[in-house]
Amino acid sequence: MAIIDIRNLSFSYAGATGPSLSNINLEVEKGEFVVVTGPSGCGKTTLCRCLNGLVPNFYTGELTGEISVCGLDIRRQPTSVLSRHVGLVFQNPENQLFSLTVERDIAFGPENLGLTREETKERVEWALKATGIEDLKDRAPYELSGGQQQRAALASVLAMKPEVMVLDEPTSFLDPRSSLEILGVVAKLNKELGMTVVLVEHRLDLATRHSDRIVVLDKGVVALDGPPRNVYGKQAHLIGIGVPKVTLLFHLLKQDGVKIGKIPVTVEEAEEELRRILAD
Amino acid sequence: MITVENVRYVYPNGNEVLHGVNLHLDDGDFVAIMGENGAGKTTLVKTFNGLLKPTDGRVLIDDVETRRSSVAALARSVGLVFQNPDHQLFCETVGDEVAYSLRNFGYPLDVIERRVRGILETLDLMPYIDSSPFMLSGGERKRVALASVLVWNPKHIVLDEPTIGQDYQQKDRLRNFIVQLNTQRKTVVVVTHDVEFVAECRPRVVLLSRGKIIADGKAEEILSDSTLTERASLLRPQISLLFSSVTGLPHDVIDVFSAKAVINNAIGGRK
Repeated sequence: MAIIDIRNLSFSYAGATGPSLSNINLEVEKGEFVVVTGPSGCGKTTLCRCLNGLVPNFYTGELTGEISVCGLDIRRQPTSVLSRHVGLVFQNPENQLFSLTVERDIAFGPENLGLTREETKERVEWALKATGIEDLKDRAPYELSGGQQQRAALASVLAMKPEVMVLDEPTSFLDPRSSLEILGVVAKLNKELGMTVVLVEHRLDLATRHSDRIVVLDKGVVALDGPPRNVYGKQAHLIGIGVPKVTLLFHLLKQDGVKIGKIPVTVEEAEEELRRILAD
Repeated sequence: MITVENVRYVYPNGNEVLHGVNLHLDDGDFVAIMGENGAGKTTLVKTFNGLLKPTDGRVLIDDVETRRSSVAALARSVGLVFQNPDHQLFCETVGDEVAYSLRNFGYPLDVIERRVRGILETLDLMPYIDSSPFMLSGGERKRVALASVLVWNPKHIVLDEPTIGQDYQQKDRLRNFIVQLNTQRKTVVVVTHDVEFVAECRPRVVLLSRGKIIADGKAEEILSDSTLTERASLLRPQISLLFSSVTGLPHDVIDVFSAKAVINNAIGGRK
């Protein structure tokens, strides 16, 4: 069975005028790296909140359809149980950090999983190192910069080594090289531990290199779902998602009548294609 | 006009973030301040409206030194939109949030109504006029924060990471809007890590690294320089990476449309 199995899911927040998600069907297999993207306000964050039961257990509203994650029905399990399987890194790190030191914030998850003192210590040190914030461990999260807070929030979820990791624009406050580095850490865990990753991201130029599948939401429905090359066709551009610039360039050249083999989705592929065009 | 003279800034905990920054922005300039996390970008722009007063040196806004003025007075001419919209939003509806400053400044009701609607339409927020800002998505809240500052029509506009959470269409709108503000001789300062956004807008780029300005010039020169971008923890735009790896192409092309023109030109009639 798929590790994430969503059938006919619709959700409206209490007091909202319309649904945030309408009839979503989505299956994610164990070990997949899925990027979720789409115009702002299309339901990406709401979908993330469903995956660990924050919707509808904390953010209430009307939910219909079925969602199971790691074989658990999110409506029948409290978030405290779901959080043992699903780690969620929030869009706004301030909503997630609450301790007086970064180290305590990272230790909170492993402690609550009932791990031994030694193992907790080991996980905390590993997570601090993986996110490059060893020197911040004694600082208070509220006095850190936005980018540092994002690293701390990610570390606090990584330390739990969840089966499913859901990340809602986890590097939006980070500079490009740091973003790439952090997404690299996530991709490594995906490969080495088989951790399933759901990553919400607008900057597809950064995300594409790690993912085998892109899901595009638009107005609360799944508009496109497939490998990057298939998704970054004409439609994706019409919905308004920012396909990588090299992809856009070759789409435009093709429109001008230039003969293009396959539309590239990474810079490396684009180099190859461009050399071929110029040599022809 | 914004003038920064030898500004050093030390936070109360002893952390020195700016080490002698000099910068001059003329009316109508469009400038992107870029640099690594912790470079001092946000600290620098917070000195523009007096939220932070320099430890040493001085900041002049239209020839008035910020130390001799109040944030309330400076804010009328310098509109600052924070990085995190939740630090800024507090009203019950989007309409109230955006009208808040104009009510404080004592504008007549019909002017407030007209301006609020105008800015909400420009930023694609009209459907949410009666919604709570806290019901909106992250990207939408970011635009509400932007609207609530732009509505009072400040002469100098400072946007801290305006493209976070914005999709391609919204970024395109933002870009067009900035161009429009520029033609009205407004100064627009954007603090951003978004190299692809900067590659499309091609503003003047001020590169800040570890509290010092390490470069100041055209976007196409700075973003195509691998040494500079690496020092400031930026990535070069995809188009720049592509062009520098294929021999015989110019090295200072950073945006899709210039790239397309160059390639079409190179292959001439061989389509």
